[in-house]
Amino acid sequence: MAETVVRHDIPSVYEPSLFGTYSKKIGMWLFLMSDSLTFGALLYAYSYGRISTAGWPTPFHSESIVNATIMTAFLLTSSLTMVLAVRASVQKDAKMQTLWLLATIACGAGFVILHGREWSNLIAEGLTLPMFPPVPGHEVNAEFANVAKSVPQFPSTFFTLTGMHMLHVTLGIVYLGVVALRKKFIPILLALWLIAWLGTPAYSPFHYGAHVLLLSAIVCAIILWLKPKVYDASDVEVAGLYWHFVDLVWMFIFPLVYLMSARI
Amino acid sequence: MDATQIALAERVAEEQRHHKKAQFFWVWAALLVMTAIEVYLTYQNMAPTKMLTILMGLSLIKAALIIGFFMHLRYEISRMKWITMCSVVACLILMTIFFFPDAERIITLGVK
Repeated sequence: MAETVVRHDIPSVYEPSLFGTYSKKIGMWLFLMSDSLTFGALLYAYSYGRISTAGWPTPFHSESIVNATIMTAFLLTSSLTMVLAVRASVQKDAKMQTLWLLATIACGAGFVILHGREWSNLIAEGLTLPMFPPVPGHEVNAEFANVAKSVPQFPSTFFTLTGMHMLHVTLGIVYLGVVALRKKFIPILLALWLIAWLGTPAYSPFHYGAHVLLLSAIVCAIILWLKPKVYDASDVEVAGLYWHFVDLVWMFIFPLVYLMSARI
Repeated sequence: MDATQIALAERVAEEQRHHKKAQFFWVWAALLVMTAIEVYLTYQNMAPTKMLTILMGLSLIKAALIIGFFMHLRYEISRMKWITMCSVVACLILMTIFFFPDAERIITLGVK
């Protein structure tokens, strides 16, 4: 029987990786696995509500479906630009890497803006939560107001699920912005926060939601101050994993929440 | 990163240098086409159960394409693929076993 001798003086370069890849990537996969269960729980809660509630509403007319389809196209395109950014990073093409990352951010921003506009329209028309203040000077749609009163599970699960996803996309944009532009992204983030905060009316949920950008700017500034570095191909790939996951989750939200609740 | 991590990251990057750019465009086009099919089906007013089955089938294919090609899982070693996917799928199956029969029971019993 062969004897196994453990040598502690050998440098770690000789240690094999259990998963055949670097630890940052494994860490991100572990986070994504846990996050998939978070979204899984929310999707199951939505589906549970739908199965167990008689008269589940189908409030999404053609306009909402078209809007959600454009949002989906934005996210799918952002995944393509992200994978091209990863490719540019492994080929050590820094300029193309930054350009593809900025294209990904632009597509993600397009998604968030369209989603925010849709949320605002639904809330103004009466499909709302008790915690959202009423929109002054806007006529409530009787159909939506009835849905919010008779099946409150629908707006609760809808806003929680899509809100959680929108938060993930927003944080993904911040993540990619920091990887692409590093410290230069902090003033941009602060400017975006001011625009989002001051540019939305006080009754809008985005008026307070915009503070996520301020919090992100503070956290990113601390991270960049404590550990300033030039992000390499492995960092871009790990950021890409997060971004693709956000896209992946939407592939289930879009049909389950929008297409299955369409009234054409 | 220590020497092991740098060596591993460089090996992964070296493998990724050989990925064809065109395949990413094909995957993106396939994802867009499947999304278009989903939206088309919505306008056909199908029975909800049949519609849900088709939509979830398409979503699973789209998820597999994203995980396999965009997230590069198909290029990882078998151990990585199996441990990540099996653990997530097992948890989701457990949630299905617990939640859906209960939800159906509620509507069958007429409990509001």
